[in-house]
Amino acid sequence: MDKASYIIGRLLQMIPTVFAITVLVFLMVHLIPGDPATIMLGLKATPEKIEMLTQHLGLDKPLVVQFGIFLRNLARGDMGDSLVSRMPVFELLKRRLPLTLFLAGYAATLAILMAVPLALISALKRDSLIDQTIRAITVAFLSTPSFWVGILLLIVLGVKIPLFPVGGIGENFSQRLYYLFLPALTMALHLASILTRNLRDGIIATLASEHVVFARTKGLNERLVLLKHVIRNAIVSTLTLLGVYMSWLVGGSVIIETVFALPGVGWTMVQAITGRDYPVVQALTLTFGILVSVVYLLTDIVYSFLDPRVTL
Amino acid sequence: MDEVLRVENLKTYFTAHDGVVKAVDDVSFSVHPGEVLGLVGESGSGKSMTCRSIMRVVPPAGRIVGGHIYYGGEDILTWPDSRLKAFRGSEVSMILQEPMTALNPVLSVGEQIVETIVEHESIARTDALERAIELLRLVGIPGPERRVKEYPHEFSGGMRQRAMIAIALACRPQILLADEPTTALDVTIQDQIIRLVQSLQAELGMGVVWVTHDLGVVAQICDRVAVMYAGQIMESADVIELFENSRHPYTHGLMESIPRTGSRQGQLIPIPGQPPNLLNLPPGCPFAPRCRYATEECQAQRVSLREVSPGHLSACIRFEEIWD
Amino acid sequence: MATITQTQKRVGIARPDLQGLVRLSRRNPALIIGIVMVTLIFLLAIFGPALAPYDPIETNYSAALQPPNADHWLGTDKFGRDIFSRILYATRVNLKIGVICVTFPFMFGVIAGCISGYYGGLVDTLLMRLVDISVAFPFYVLVISILAILGPGVRNMYIALSIVGWIAYAKLVRGEVLIAKNLEYVLAAKALGYSDLRIMASHLLPNIINSAIVFAMSDVVLCILAGSSLGFLGLGVQAPTPEWGVMIADGREYITSAPWLSFFPGLAIAIVGVSFSLLGDGLSSFLRPTDR
Repeated sequence: MDKASYIIGRLLQMIPTVFAITVLVFLMVHLIPGDPATIMLGLKATPEKIEMLTQHLGLDKPLVVQFGIFLRNLARGDMGDSLVSRMPVFELLKRRLPLTLFLAGYAATLAILMAVPLALISALKRDSLIDQTIRAITVAFLSTPSFWVGILLLIVLGVKIPLFPVGGIGENFSQRLYYLFLPALTMALHLASILTRNLRDGIIATLASEHVVFARTKGLNERLVLLKHVIRNAIVSTLTLLGVYMSWLVGGSVIIETVFALPGVGWTMVQAITGRDYPVVQALTLTFGILVSVVYLLTDIVYSFLDPRVTL
Repeated sequence: MDEVLRVENLKTYFTAHDGVVKAVDDVSFSVHPGEVLGLVGESGSGKSMTCRSIMRVVPPAGRIVGGHIYYGGEDILTWPDSRLKAFRGSEVSMILQEPMTALNPVLSVGEQIVETIVEHESIARTDALERAIELLRLVGIPGPERRVKEYPHEFSGGMRQRAMIAIALACRPQILLADEPTTALDVTIQDQIIRLVQSLQAELGMGVVWVTHDLGVVAQICDRVAVMYAGQIMESADVIELFENSRHPYTHGLMESIPRTGSRQGQLIPIPGQPPNLLNLPPGCPFAPRCRYATEECQAQRVSLREVSPGHLSACIRFEEIWD
Repeated sequence: MATITQTQKRVGIARPDLQGLVRLSRRNPALIIGIVMVTLIFLLAIFGPALAPYDPIETNYSAALQPPNADHWLGTDKFGRDIFSRILYATRVNLKIGVICVTFPFMFGVIAGCISGYYGGLVDTLLMRLVDISVAFPFYVLVISILAILGPGVRNMYIALSIVGWIAYAKLVRGEVLIAKNLEYVLAAKALGYSDLRIMASHLLPNIINSAIVFAMSDVVLCILAGSSLGFLGLGVQAPTPEWGVMIADGREYITSAPWLSFFPGLAIAIVGVSFSLLGDGLSSFLRPTDR
């Protein structure tokens, strides 16, 4: 089964899930107890306004027809308008999504840069003081709320020792790296903790495996053995979980963006919920769902390139 | 005749939570070129660990605490890591029991052969690849040009074992340590692999240490045999001498528990008792708790090997009384 | 190397006496420390309010924004409320979240997973579809979407966390049941004519429950973190009820001038989180020694 067929196969597999997500998200608004238009208008509801909104959003038509309209609009890139700002949601997305993606990618990179060497040291010097320290630190970060860590970082590195800016996102790429360092670091610390634990277990398991013993009996250089036989195999096994971690990163944006007041989709979603801006909530939920599915797909594809045992 | 490997009083101990496990306890034997020495015993007898000690790839929890291993006139236990690396894979090679776990699943078979060659000889990768293909042909894998690029999971069990043999022989070693290479295989494949090793040995003149728990395999391939129990050698002799004139209760026990067909059918007599707990070995002969001939002296006195006849040693202190 | 690995994997089962306890604590310190700390936390949750020197909700503007001092050990917030007292009261609130949001999903999820794995068929397919969907969304996105529908508040938060939470247990148990149901002791029970219910209850469940319990421990941490995160976002527990996440959010605007407002509640969460993590790790080593 060659790579192209595998990729196409996975894409096809994605379709039912994405469809189910779309249906669910569509139904979201209608699951709210009470009349949707009334709820959306909240305190400003008057019978005329309710009537107008219902007609405008097509809420009086049968569900199936509404769904059809929903899909048709989606295909055109029309996700409705924000009730609060009257702006097309799609525009909102276009402006805010890149920041969230940048943050996620930045955090992932930092996390990997931290996790790989730490896991390696931890595994090679198993049960030593340094290993136990690393494990203790990872447990600490995993049990601590990331938003608190973010605030602490803000206090220490943003205020007490003003190394990093407390707000803003920067104008260009390198400025972004500077301005977004603290939020990315916050997410990265948490992610690196899981990665380190996982990778460490993977490396330990691989080190004990028969094929490493065999590689040693061939008289191979120790560093070569490590790189080629140990790390690569251990990373391959951790990679399967990377998709889950990526989805966590995307979800974590909801909180971190609020802590650091960053205008990404996470922050937008929280605002939308407190502001009862349902079209935005709906559209963003759908976006997150599709985003995660795409991430899983990409991770699977990368994995299939690294592990030759994977076939369809 | 010159021996190519001589092991003297080898001791490999493991430290566990609550004591010391003497996996290899004062083991001595030698191997000559062109000869197959069998190491026989049950699981836990120390035969695998002996091989790993020779290769110096003992797991981290264990340490070689005593003895000598002589190769080319020198004691390899004194060698630094740098010298050991040149030694492993090119002078001495090892093949393991389960090729599916011994071969790295994410590297091609060819790559795993080539990396050995390239490590020990200054030779271009393309030439090494040519040699890899030839090696695969030598071990009887059809279509080696294609196979060399494939991955272990694409090979059948027997083929994988052949591939492992190809890797082990890539640098034409003087000694081959075979750690139960046929245990996981079907009987017919087992036979093929044994014949393959025999022919390769004849061609390369290697000394082979063949570890097994199967006396049938011993009869087929070994020239000399050492029987191990609880980390110690109980008896060693030429293979025919061992089968006809064994002088140790454990060896007898092993032979009596093999099912036979034909006229010599009778009751299967298993060896009574449990395999030894290596943490709490009794002071004397380790087999004494299960031996029908054991006396108090057996349990008290530490055994040593004594000559039964030239080339035939037994650790039983009572072998004269029991059999002559 | 059968005997060597056997001896290396020896398990010490705690005997109910001091010597056994000492041996256990040396071999498995996480378990002992975890148990001690979690017990302390539960005691604080129950008796905390009685120990608190001040009322957690009553305002006292004259004492606003004081740093830690002799009267107010951890300082006061912008309403003059004692932080220490609020943290003590919040222990009950946060712990309740952890307990409720794990107990119901645990029970429901384990049963659902058992049935799904054992019978297969339509029920199983349905469960797997649900798993696929829940996996397709990040945890927080799913939870706050549900809160978008139900509206913010404590009760709705319990519902949202439970709706999302049970699926993980079901998936875990289903996986183990799928493997276990083909093992010989189950086939033997079937051959003896035991009813399905009896097999599930007395043969499958006892062996599977260990993984579920270990998972539940890390789930408690997750739920407490989630509860405080939602409180922080304003979607969970609502002010003026003392809750650690809410307190951290309150303190955010005073980061530069009064950092203790956000620091101490977060420290409380961290301590509770680490305690349950230790307990989980310790239990994991204790219940499944061969996995370490």
